[in-house]
Amino acid sequence: MIFRWDIMFKSLPILGQGLIMTLQLTIISVFIGIILGTIFGLMRVSKNKVLYIISSAYVDFFRGTPLLVQIFLVYMGLPQLLGFPLDRFPAAIAALALNSGAYFAEIVRGGIQSIDKGQWEAARSVGMNYSQMMRYIILPQAFKKIIPPLGNEFIAMLKDSSLVAVISLEELLRKGQLIITRTFRPFEIYLAVAILYLILTTLISRFVSYTERRLDID
Amino acid sequence: MTNIIIEIKDVNKYFGQLHVLKDINNVIETGEVVVVIGPSGSGKSTLLRCINRLEEITSGDIYFEGNKVNDPENDINLIRQKVGMVFQQFNLFPHKTALENIILAPIKVKGIREEEARKIALKLLEGVGLKDKADSYPAKLSGGQQQRVAITRALAMQPDVMLFDEPTSALDPEMVGDVLEVMKELATGGMTMMVVTMKLVLLKR
Repeated sequence: MIFRWDIMFKSLPILGQGLIMTLQLTIISVFIGIILGTIFGLMRVSKNKVLYIISSAYVDFFRGTPLLVQIFLVYMGLPQLLGFPLDRFPAAIAALALNSGAYFAEIVRGGIQSIDKGQWEAARSVGMNYSQMMRYIILPQAFKKIIPPLGNEFIAMLKDSSLVAVISLEELLRKGQLIITRTFRPFEIYLAVAILYLILTTLISRFVSYTERRLDID
Repeated sequence: MTNIIIEIKDVNKYFGQLHVLKDINNVIETGEVVVVIGPSGSGKSTLLRCINRLEEITSGDIYFEGNKVNDPENDINLIRQKVGMVFQQFNLFPHKTALENIILAPIKVKGIREEEARKIALKLLEGVGLKDKADSYPAKLSGGQQQRVAITRALAMQPDVMLFDEPTSALDPEMVGDVLEVMKELATGGMTMMVVTMKLVLLKR
């Protein structure tokens, strides 16, 4: 059996299209996930019982069930309730964003709770209300602490986005599978797919540690 | 009667089973400097923190300028604007410069214009000898400098009373003098003050 470099290289332009789709999925999902995570993370530290219970249920559900099941639930399950089918892309985004939102919520909660009690008291003692305290004092400090875990979450999401191949959304993995059905060269193609993921995750983790070092200076 | 600023009436405070404050009664008049001394764990700081409701009292009443502090109907944030507090650990906001620390609450809470707030802040900083440190971040300041900025932050809200919770306990001995000097000037200037301390040297001043 010969390793066919030429097939691997010829697959790159099409895999590149998949790569772009993967990046789109990841960036949009993480972006929405950060917003969801901030909202639900704030609810998790709220003294309001209702907000706390809602956010805990959300976090527990999406962290306690497989992402693959969540993708099926959104893409196949929701249309039954809604009465109309969902497009693949928005369905994939919804599932990924809801999932990453749950993980971000825990990261945000941890960040908020790691801020020294003295900061809360100092903010309170000058007469700030809860939202002023959060906005000006607690969240700016919490977000700085959140950057390293946020980078990890971004990498995890990049890899997990390959799961939406099961609903035939043509991201990196799915593109690879499609090429294999034509070429019957699974080793070369899956290896190429894996290497492309590796390049992306390496670049991101370099970028994150660079950002961390920059933030440490001031 | 008119110049009573803080009134503490039959105040009790429990932490679980622990009875920290037992039937405390006290009246503080405008311009008075009250020093609370006692061994550690005797509830001095707790009493101070009850006055601006950083701690809730279990029973009794605390009045500030006639408003009941422990009444959930009263807007505690309005009372806190009039009650400056200085902490043992300074608690400056580390992501903001000295000047930003001072002007944040006057602008965001009181609604003062930024230039106005800056002017007040710089004047106050000059008063504590730290005008040249206005743009420094807290991490670049010594303990004594941080505490003087913290005092300035409280003063910038133009409070009617200043609460000091062990203001020099976290300081190196050579830093204590500068902070005490500032407090002494405040007292001379007629500021109503309540100071919790274990250091008797403070009393002499």
